[in-house]
Amino acid sequence: MNLILATGFLVSRCEGSRVTLADYLPIGMMLVFGIGFATVIMWLSWRIAPNNPTPEKLAPYECGIVPLQEPVQRFPVKFYIVAMLFVIFDVELVFLFAWAVRFESFGWAGIGAMGIFVILLLETLVYVWKRGALDWNVARRGRNRRIVVDSLEDAA
Amino acid sequence: MNDWLTQAENWAFILIALPMVLGAWRSVTSRNVVHSVLFLVITLAASAALFLLLGAEFVAWSVVLVYIGAVIVLFLFGIMITRAPLGMETELSHSNQTKLGAALVSGALFALITVAVITGFGETEIVSNPTRTSEIGQSMFERFVIPFEVVSVVLLAALIGGIVLARRDPAEPGDSSSSLGGAQSAHVTAEGGEA
Amino acid sequence: MTGWEIFLTAAIKTVAAFAFLLTLTIILVWFERKTVADLQNRIGPNRAGPWGLLQTVADGAKLLFKESVTPRKVEFGLYIAAPVAALVPALLIFLVVPIGRPFHIGDRLIDLSGTDLNIGLLYILALSSLAVYAVVLAGWSSGSKYPLLGAVRASAQMISYEAAMGLALVPLILFTGTTSLKQIVEIQGGSFGDTFLPAWNVVLIPSFLIFFIAGIAETNRAPFDLVEAESEIVGGYHTEYSGFRFAMFFLAEYINIFNIAAITVTLFLGGWHGPTFGLGAPFDWVLPIFWFLAKSMALVFVFVWVRATLPRMRYDQLMSFGWKRLIPVSLLWIALSTLAIGVRRMGLPWT
Repeated sequence: MNLILATGFLVSRCEGSRVTLADYLPIGMMLVFGIGFATVIMWLSWRIAPNNPTPEKLAPYECGIVPLQEPVQRFPVKFYIVAMLFVIFDVELVFLFAWAVRFESFGWAGIGAMGIFVILLLETLVYVWKRGALDWNVARRGRNRRIVVDSLEDAA
Repeated sequence: MNDWLTQAENWAFILIALPMVLGAWRSVTSRNVVHSVLFLVITLAASAALFLLLGAEFVAWSVVLVYIGAVIVLFLFGIMITRAPLGMETELSHSNQTKLGAALVSGALFALITVAVITGFGETEIVSNPTRTSEIGQSMFERFVIPFEVVSVVLLAALIGGIVLARRDPAEPGDSSSSLGGAQSAHVTAEGGEA
Repeated sequence: MTGWEIFLTAAIKTVAAFAFLLTLTIILVWFERKTVADLQNRIGPNRAGPWGLLQTVADGAKLLFKESVTPRKVEFGLYIAAPVAALVPALLIFLVVPIGRPFHIGDRLIDLSGTDLNIGLLYILALSSLAVYAVVLAGWSSGSKYPLLGAVRASAQMISYEAAMGLALVPLILFTGTTSLKQIVEIQGGSFGDTFLPAWNVVLIPSFLIFFIAGIAETNRAPFDLVEAESEIVGGYHTEYSGFRFAMFFLAEYINIFNIAAITVTLFLGGWHGPTFGLGAPFDWVLPIFWFLAKSMALVFVFVWVRATLPRMRYDQLMSFGWKRLIPVSLLWIALSTLAIGVRRMGLPWT
């Protein structure tokens, strides 16, 4: 809230020179408004709703039975690789945006420079693809499937 | 000093810088990795706000998009794939014996950046007009073409390095270690259908 | 304008946008239930209010009076922050969408959008990438296995499709030369040459399709709703949420659906442009709002239609569709459109 007041104050102080901050005023207000609404309504719900905790109710959800195992300790490293790929594409995106706004003024040289940039980054996607990091659990599933089919055929 | 305090901008700066410092401090002192990462989000958000205050909209939202939206998510995934992703067990195991070294290094880095900024810019006034996206593109394609292309090579190298560290060679058969969950031979083709 | 006028305008716009979104959510939930019911040959909600319109209000009131269970293994601070983190970006994104023609009050021109940013498209992307946090926080802080599995799945899915979404916007920026939503809408006024066809950006059909598909995946809707695949991971990241905390996730989901529809309309389908039939004073700004809402609701209908028609994808299909189809196609489309627009505006490179 203080931040908003300060921004409002700031806007009123420097008219003209920093038009952008006035543009951000609704965003700041909505931020405060949204957080405020969420807090108030969850508090209200907590006040008026019943609260009868029982040990069973407070247990982590396990379809009604007692949880036996801890959740998985580690996730496949593929998730990490996808996130890395995403970082690279995000950086690429920022550069693409900066270039695309006025791409005529950079002419064909600009298009060439951007082309080299994109192709070098495309190489990351190709590399990850070829290494199989984008094939989610296909290998394991394929193996299991074959065994199941074999045993069924034996039985028949 | 009195003069400094009457400027509205300086108050806005203080209001943004305080949570930033606090977030940075907590992110190195917190005993829980996930909490550390989330404190880092506060720091990065505040730095985006500082860029906004300088009128650098494009840089500010790039920080949100790339750092908060992507790099921190990468950190979180890094935690998820290593060890005990759930709640209380995420505490750091090693003690704070390297405190002094870390303090020295960060102090030296701070001094270096301060000196570099002061000698580099000196008394130059910051242009308070909002920076347009096209201006950033202009300096990128007219003055900094080579660094711009180098960025892509650096990113490429980073990703390949990461994958080489994270995954075993696809040719190696019979991989059963759980830490590399899905690292089996990747050349088996999909057979389709539901499992 | 003086400082106080700026402040007041901003406050009025914010409150109006907030009220609009809340009312809209009530209608959207009803609309979806009714439409899905029709598509499945059922009746759907028809008890509360005329045509069951008040059903959502009744459901919301019920959730308000329901117990909000806080399971034992929960990390409370982050657990309670997650629904807020879901709702706030959804509310913020809507602020840059222009919902109608700017109109005059006295000698002042008022834009019918919360704000107009020069970097509107970057803002939209940045905020929709923040939606990942709600999912990750909810999953991690719940201290239970299904939310965690759902959260990791969901975040990988959201970042994958976020990349495609951003790439789909690049040809649009090349074409219009701006990232401000207000200017993008203004460019789409009028018609192509002498034809009756409106000058919308639908010529960028591949961008439109990629953006909309990625948008469906971003909001975790069918057929990309693996996040809450009931048969595998119960409710996904919000399994441990109940009462109004759950309702917040629900609210955020529907606001996000409308946001995607509204942004797609603004970027590709001409925004608030539409025939005004040469009508006078009140109609020349009431009709644009109507057109904007009508187009957005048409896209929301597509959301519902897709949900009622397509089965849920498998996770490996989802990831390979995102990375192996959508992203290469959007890169190819960027290359093609760059060459086409480049040749058209600058001539061939060797001349």
